[in-house]
Amino acid sequence: MTDSFTRLFAPIGAAALSFFAAIGRAAIFAGRALLAAVRPPYYPARFVQQLLSIGYFSLPVVGLTALFTGAALAQQIYVGGERFNAASTVPAVTVIAIVRELAPVLGGLMVAGRVSSAMAAELGTMRVTEQIDALVTLRTDPFQFLVAPRLLAAIVVLPILTLVANAIGVMGGYLLAVYRLGFNAASYLETTRDYLEVTDIVSSLVKAAVFGFVLALMGCYHGYHTSGGAAGVGRATTNAVVSAFLLILLANLVITVLVFG
Amino acid sequence: MSPAPDPAAMEERNPGAAIEIAGLRKSFGEKIVLNGVNLGVRPGESLVIIGGSGTGKSVLLKCILGLLQPDSGTIMIDGIDMTEAPGGDRADVRRRTGMLFQGGALFDSLNVWRNVTFALTQGRARKGRSMRSLAVELLAKVGLDESVADLRPAEISGGMQKRVALARAIASRPDLVFFDEPTTGLDPIRANTINDLIRGLVTDLGCSAITITHDMESARRIADRVAMLHEGRIIWQGPVEMLDDSGNARVDKFINGRTD
Ligand SMILES: Nc1ncnc2c1ncn2[C@@H]1O[C@H](COP(=O)(O)OP(=O)(O)O)[C@@H](O)[C@H]1O
Ligand SMILES: [Mg+2]
Repeated sequence: MTDSFTRLFAPIGAAALSFFAAIGRAAIFAGRALLAAVRPPYYPARFVQQLLSIGYFSLPVVGLTALFTGAALAQQIYVGGERFNAASTVPAVTVIAIVRELAPVLGGLMVAGRVSSAMAAELGTMRVTEQIDALVTLRTDPFQFLVAPRLLAAIVVLPILTLVANAIGVMGGYLLAVYRLGFNAASYLETTRDYLEVTDIVSSLVKAAVFGFVLALMGCYHGYHTSGGAAGVGRATTNAVVSAFLLILLANLVITVLVFG
Repeated sequence: MSPAPDPAAMEERNPGAAIEIAGLRKSFGEKIVLNGVNLGVRPGESLVIIGGSGTGKSVLLKCILGLLQPDSGTIMIDGIDMTEAPGGDRADVRRRTGMLFQGGALFDSLNVWRNVTFALTQGRARKGRSMRSLAVELLAKVGLDESVADLRPAEISGGMQKRVALARAIASRPDLVFFDEPTTGLDPIRANTINDLIRGLVTDLGCSAITITHDMESARRIADRVAMLHEGRIIWQGPVEMLDDSGNARVDKFINGRTD
């Protein structure tokens, strides 16, 4: 009885233990990276370069995601609300859903898909080709040179991307509501403004900063710890994206419950 | 085409560094790679390590450099134990150290001249013009001309990458140098340029050097002493003049390339 019980649950326990061990290793990695970020030497040029590659080049993807999602959302709220004679809630519900949840979360996921994978692949390749070892022998701390600029840039740039996504997402809902569902343009915008609160925007930006941290951390962590040649780089890339996705969704849940619960 | 010993450098001849390795062990999981290595290098001496592929020669160098943590044993560099010295002391040793990796390990996001001067700039874009001309000087020492300076590592051949990496390793004028297969992939003429360069670092500048090679021609030109690594241990070491009379069957087999 005890025996079969053990046999059933031991693997689950082992998996849980290794999960928490992995979280612990990632946390230590994050601590080292943040410490490296505040200690000189600094690499401002590399920081700016990361701002561009994470932020600027993600704009099209994040913008389109917000546009399509905002429009689809408005359509669904309209159809759903009509059944309760509440179709007029479209602007209010759209703006709240976009700003509080969809823009930061979908934006974070899209950027994670683009950026965590690229970071893991680049650092992973540097690891397996001994470029990271070479950095150390040339007296350069890989955490300062590689990890810190990526982490800081992602933390700074995700909130900016999310602001843009908020605006475009609301605009997507507006365009669909006005041009397809026949809403009055001026009153749509007025309702939007009335229902949008400062807390919504602040929580949106805080979420974005956290997601930026998470997605850069996962990219760098998995890249830095790559082993096993080209196949290892492939594994690191997959693991970076999957773990970034899961952690972003988990962090979103936690922040939502804390702020709005 | 031996590198002309330039007088300025002669004056500031290095004292060289002493390395003393004792009882070094390193395993990866079940696989024992180094199984009690004892080895010494005197200041200003050139040691060549030979041994079959996969015997742990590169692992040995990485342990000395502190890139891999050995399971046990000590590695003393000028009296500092690299396996347990505080980070600051190890950084002081690194400041005097140059390393050529087996695969070159050039930074593919930087062009050739920024790679070569990395030990001086730490990757920052300062003193661009003087750094570039320094890089061109160093490239000339490894037999490369200025035209490669602005290319990316991916745009040059493997043999050229190796020589760029060698130029990068010696850019900060280290007095302790490690070369992992410096002539692999080079034609005999270019290989000789590199052999002469390494010999010059030792003879003219007083560096201590550890070089790994499979190339016996190169070993004979570079070495003061030769050591052979086999099954995790140094099975023979002696002056390079003794290489042909080592009295060790494995060494004979290795240097004559016999397969029996
Ligand atoms: N980071 C590592 N993880 C696991 N095994 C390794 C690692 N580095 C080297 N090895 C193993 O150690 C052995 C010696 O490798 P190496 O020192 O590169 O050989 P060589 O003498 O050809 O330079 C090989 O069997 C290699 O597979
Ligand atoms: Mg090797």
